[in-house]
Amino acid sequence: MKYLFRRARHGILLVIGASILCFLFSDLAPGGFFDEMKLNPQISASTVAALRAQYGLDRGLPVRYGSWVQSVLRGEFGYSFAYNTSVRSLLMLRARNTLFLTSLATILAWLIAVPLGVWMASHPGQWVDRICMGGTSLLISLSEIVLVLGLLYFAVRTHAFPVGGMVSTGFDQLGVLGKVWDLTTHLIVPAAALTLASLPILVRHVRACLIEILGTPFVESARAHGIGRARLLFRHALPAAANPLISLLGLSVGGLLSGSLLVEVMTGWPGLGPLLLESSMSRDLYVVVGIVMASTVFMICGNLLADVMLVIVDPRLRADLRAE
Amino acid sequence: MKAQPRILVAVVLLVTLHLAILLAGLVAPADPLAQNRDFPFAPPTRLHFVDLRGHLHLRPFVYPWTPRPETFNEYEESRDREYPVQFFVPGAAYRIAGLVPSHIHLLGVQAPAQIFLLGTDNYGRDQFSRILYGGQISVAAGILATLISLSLGTLIGCISGFYGRWVDESAMRLVELFLVLPWLYVLLGVRAFLPLHLSSVQTFLLLIAVIGTIGWARPARLIRGIVLSAKNQSYVTASRGFGASNAYLMRRHVLPQTYGVLWTQAALLVPQYVLAEVTLSFFGLGLSEPTPSWGGLLSTLQQYNVLVSYWWMFAPAVALAVVSLGYLNIANAFHDRLQSVSG
Repeated sequence: MKYLFRRARHGILLVIGASILCFLFSDLAPGGFFDEMKLNPQISASTVAALRAQYGLDRGLPVRYGSWVQSVLRGEFGYSFAYNTSVRSLLMLRARNTLFLTSLATILAWLIAVPLGVWMASHPGQWVDRICMGGTSLLISLSEIVLVLGLLYFAVRTHAFPVGGMVSTGFDQLGVLGKVWDLTTHLIVPAAALTLASLPILVRHVRACLIEILGTPFVESARAHGIGRARLLFRHALPAAANPLISLLGLSVGGLLSGSLLVEVMTGWPGLGPLLLESSMSRDLYVVVGIVMASTVFMICGNLLADVMLVIVDPRLRADLRAE
Repeated sequence: MKAQPRILVAVVLLVTLHLAILLAGLVAPADPLAQNRDFPFAPPTRLHFVDLRGHLHLRPFVYPWTPRPETFNEYEESRDREYPVQFFVPGAAYRIAGLVPSHIHLLGVQAPAQIFLLGTDNYGRDQFSRILYGGQISVAAGILATLISLSLGTLIGCISGFYGRWVDESAMRLVELFLVLPWLYVLLGVRAFLPLHLSSVQTFLLLIAVIGTIGWARPARLIRGIVLSAKNQSYVTASRGFGASNAYLMRRHVLPQTYGVLWTQAALLVPQYVLAEVTLSFFGLGLSEPTPSWGGLLSTLQQYNVLVSYWWMFAPAVALAVVSLGYLNIANAFHDRLQSVSG
């Protein structure tokens, strides 16, 4: 418990650090949301200045940071210039959609990666292993952009499933089953792209970890005791290889979020990605900060989750903690 | 030992590609900015060896495209006259690597006909030439940003590992902070704070600076680890006992130990940063038209009709994949070598 508390405190400190970094970056930048207005001859310079003052942009960095923190504590996360509303109301739905997509892709990727990696590790150097290794290096070098483009090509060409957005128009009129079906078909392209993009690294790690474990004496002795291959692999070797894999689960959240940004923008999935791109273009400062912070929080939560899982899975770690 | 030929293939591919990109003016048959408004989305020009009378030609020849009447962006070959492919032909002026002026092109055909090895884009610009020139942006951005990341990482890693104590402590906290930020979000965020309308040179430099600066953390942590273990080696202590200065120790005994890791990191980072540039340009946050870059070229595919109808617009993706695959193979080779040396 104490350990988890310590990790959580560490995470919170990281979040605070990241937010300060965000504000420092924003202060370094020349120009802002209202600068585009200056180009408009119908808006006078004093109006722009008044607007800047109204949103507090004329004040110093520490003051702005202070009021942003206050606004976070009130649960507003700052104010969007473009949408004229609190950032929170913009982010909530979008963050939910992003989380939905990324967690689905994570689950799918692990469900494929673990058996595949185990299978490859049990036949190292044979044709199964070779083909899959070739496939993973191809997938790694293809990048999300190309993957999504390829999937979109397939989808548009065959009309097998809809592209763009999360639901069809007229979604509200559908029954429960219809809604689920509509959502599922819209999910196929983004989820498949994201899964395929995160798959190769996972497969390679599972394979590497398992090959290492399979070379240890305890596996040898288990085999000598006549334990069957499937049981040996999944019951004995896999749990022993679990620790680095669980850490990887936490670390892979960052890559997944970055990948999800690309996938969301390209497939029109209404997540954080398109909003970030749009507010980057219009320099909607607090929306950008809010999204970067949200993704940072997701990432830190991913790491925390991995820590918790490690404690649950690994009895040695629990014993160490108790001894402290 | 089995992996050797594969690495050789990767090295040869990469060297060829980099040379072609560096000498883009020579290799490309056309000016990347020259538009042919009559030939938007023309498919790749076909190379023929057998003419209409059934004669075999050893020198390949092409038939020029003409728009098929009553259609939209469809073409057929006008077979009135054959245009043999010629080598080292004079054409549009250019500068080799921005320095040496020249107008000789590796291959081309006689004037009214044109050769589009990979088709044309929506303005009828030669896709093959644009990919080569785009590589000068995308690949160069990847390599330069890698240099920035590695120099920053080495500097901070060395200082942190060598001096230890509070310097080390604070530097490593900063590393943790940078590692925890999801890089693409930060990249977009930082880009958001930069001015949107800039000259292409300024944008290029800014892009490199931003991409390179965000990625310093991982190399810094790796270098720090090596420096930490190196500075406690007995020969370093001995050398210090003989009165060697910190700078000398660093240069002579500590830094050489990091080279292996630095090369591996470089081979890993270059494709990653090329991809970062491609991503930014793809979203219109990098270099803008008409300057070609791989991301910009790919962004045409965001229109569904282009995506479905014109397969040659995928060509930049192939170039991108070849670069990534090549560098990853080399990174693997470096990694394996490091492991076999240390273990």
